[in-house]
Amino acid sequence: MFALQFDEDKCLRCEGQDCLAKCQYIHSEPGGAGKEMVKIARGEDSFVLHECVTCYGCEEYCPMGNHPFYLIVERQEVLGISPVPRPLIKRAVNLGVPFRGEPAAKEINGPVLNMAAFSELTPLIQGKLFEGLPVISTDGRKMFHYFCQLMYLHYGRSSIINERLPGIIATIERHRPTKVVCFHDECYGTYASYCPAVGIDVPFTPIHFYEYLYDRLTQLKELIRPVGLKVAYQRPCSSRLSPDKHLFVGEIFRLIGAEEVRREYVDENALCCGGTIQGQRREGSRKRAAGIQNRNIEDMKKAGAEVCVFNCPACLQTLGGMVAREGIRPVHMSDLCRFAIGETPAGWEVTR
Amino acid sequence: MKSIYQALVDIVDAEHASDRPEELYIYSFDLGTAEPHRPDYVVAPRTTGQVQEIVRLANREKVPVVPLGGGLSLAGLAVPLRGGILVDLKRMDSILEVNERGRYAVLECGVSQAQLTSYLARHHPRLTHSEPGAPPTATVAGNVLIHGQGDLAQPYGFNSDQINGLEVVLPTGEVCRFGSCAIGVSWFTNHPLPDVGLFFGWCGTTGIVTRLSIRLYPAKRIRGVGQFVVEDEELVPEIIGKITATQMAEDVIAYSRAIPPFGLGLQHFTVNIAADSEKELEFKQELIWDDTLGEYISRGDGGYLGFTRGLEHPQISKTSDYKKGGGFEYVGSIMPIEKYPECYRKGREISERHDIPYTVTGRCIGVGHSMMFAWTYAFNRADPETMNQARKALHETDDLVLELGGVIWKPGTYGQQLIIDRLDPGTRELMRRIKAVLDPGGIMNPGNWEGI
Repeated sequence: MFALQFDEDKCLRCEGQDCLAKCQYIHSEPGGAGKEMVKIARGEDSFVLHECVTCYGCEEYCPMGNHPFYLIVERQEVLGISPVPRPLIKRAVNLGVPFRGEPAAKEINGPVLNMAAFSELTPLIQGKLFEGLPVISTDGRKMFHYFCQLMYLHYGRSSIINERLPGIIATIERHRPTKVVCFHDECYGTYASYCPAVGIDVPFTPIHFYEYLYDRLTQLKELIRPVGLKVAYQRPCSSRLSPDKHLFVGEIFRLIGAEEVRREYVDENALCCGGTIQGQRREGSRKRAAGIQNRNIEDMKKAGAEVCVFNCPACLQTLGGMVAREGIRPVHMSDLCRFAIGETPAGWEVTR
Repeated sequence: MKSIYQALVDIVDAEHASDRPEELYIYSFDLGTAEPHRPDYVVAPRTTGQVQEIVRLANREKVPVVPLGGGLSLAGLAVPLRGGILVDLKRMDSILEVNERGRYAVLECGVSQAQLTSYLARHHPRLTHSEPGAPPTATVAGNVLIHGQGDLAQPYGFNSDQINGLEVVLPTGEVCRFGSCAIGVSWFTNHPLPDVGLFFGWCGTTGIVTRLSIRLYPAKRIRGVGQFVVEDEELVPEIIGKITATQMAEDVIAYSRAIPPFGLGLQHFTVNIAADSEKELEFKQELIWDDTLGEYISRGDGGYLGFTRGLEHPQISKTSDYKKGGGFEYVGSIMPIEKYPECYRKGREISERHDIPYTVTGRCIGVGHSMMFAWTYAFNRADPETMNQARKALHETDDLVLELGGVIWKPGTYGQQLIIDRLDPGTRELMRRIKAVLDPGGIMNPGNWEGI
């Protein structure tokens, strides 16, 4: 079947050992990362397998492109070291089961926007930014046919991803897309990072949502009125799979006149929203997640953020209410962009 | 001699009495599987006096009287099985008093759950009532009279336990008051007067409640729902026992369902937690999730799914989407909590036997003294075969309730007969005498509790 391409020699040659040295959640001895990763690659137990909070960060930190996070997850499954309790795994595995019949496969023969498992969020893809772009997975009853499955990395279940993903890709492919703009960057990470890492063919070109937004904003530049807001960005875990696209966050903010506040927990040093950590099996996980969330939000407040910008709906669900209670408005990136071109996003009351 | 219709018009007015087939049709069925029966007349009184006159008319004319609140019992309790006058009480919808200090509200019988909730939110935001998972148009009185339970059932018990007084029009037309209001003082307590609880659970066969006083409770500034999940149904009773022992939760519900698929084979808990401050909220959360349920999490047997602010009332009606044609009915039971595992397993078997995706729910009542366990069956209203399947499943479940040592909650006529067959002879005789004394003409909601 599919096999993760992981080269333990790369770890032995690695000087920086950033995978663990930069990890915000695991403390490791200097220079110990390579040894641990080699142990993991050889199927041995390691404290890393038990302490990993599945933040995806090491995929970005690894200077060798060696997929340490995918390896950790794969070995967690093989060794039966699950990061979350068993009922949560079963629940998550059940969650992705399509149950309302097959979706209609309309052939597009061009670029499409894939809402994947977020069909109910179509209010976020309205207006000029999305004009002329066909959308797939708009039916909430059928959306799990388009679910990229990568969420199972949080559950230590690579096998589910590998088992289901070819079918998901086949469903998307039935629309004959040339390019697939991924609404959620976890989908982009799936097709641009995970699939190549394990040898799953992707017959279309995935496009990151922010790259698409940036291009459209550039085309609509004459409509942009600087938003003049101080913004903080909540970077999602799956963004670590496509760090080359993360630069579009800053580019979009510059284009729309949003001032990104100077924070401690930003870019490579971004903090997890805590949504996954709170349910983990290790003692104190709920409190640990709450502590991370408090640090994160205090950092936004200290930096003077008026708005917290989200990409990931799960981050928005987890942190949205919390930032709002602290006087920081939670906003999805696409809504902020729509606001910048003079549109009123769904549910907003705008006074300019 | 005046016709009954004209007499009803004279009591209310022509706008609020009808014998037109198209209007009678609306009142001929409820939303469950009960066979439809048309009333001969429908009347919507506005006052207790009008209710008295209607009942006296019915006695004179020897026609049945069927009182109707929101019409949402699902068990056919307000379907006029023998025709007669259907008394739609929804116009009697005044909130007569809210006593902030004594924490009670005096309501007319047509006040809906949503009406009371919004009224309290607007005028008395520090007070709340135990709101059931019924649709918002369900009446407070109707829910109380069927021994309903709401989102404060865990600490305070059945909604019928939270009554401070009643005003009732007897089947012979007299008005009686019960509780402190009976001696002319305010409606602040139902005790310690002699117990005359003759109207709860009788399915409208002993009188028409026109006013009631219900207890209200402090509404905390923060209210939300935490979720927990286990796979092993055998763990549910002990977990409910442990959560209720903390006395930190409001509502505690366990459920399992086949659709959407994430719940299949799992037991989810929703635990409502309320607090006036972040400090209080964290204290309660720590006690429940960390100190009490932490052992299940670290063993890998239980998972914490997070806490969401804001209350979502459980809506079993969502199951009506399981089959095309949007119908559902459930059997409710009052059951010892230790029976949860068997209730789940056997209910699932019945569902699967009848090709219906299973949905089961257990709501904790009174600090774990019992639970309201419900088995829900979806059907297609346009497909008699699926209705038949659901009806069979419902009857099998009524049997199951008694087999498991529970009591059928708001039983339809099938369940009522099962209960009558098992009633202690002394109790049955007392019920028969009470019914004969209160309703000598046998006009009240005939077809229900018949044969006692």
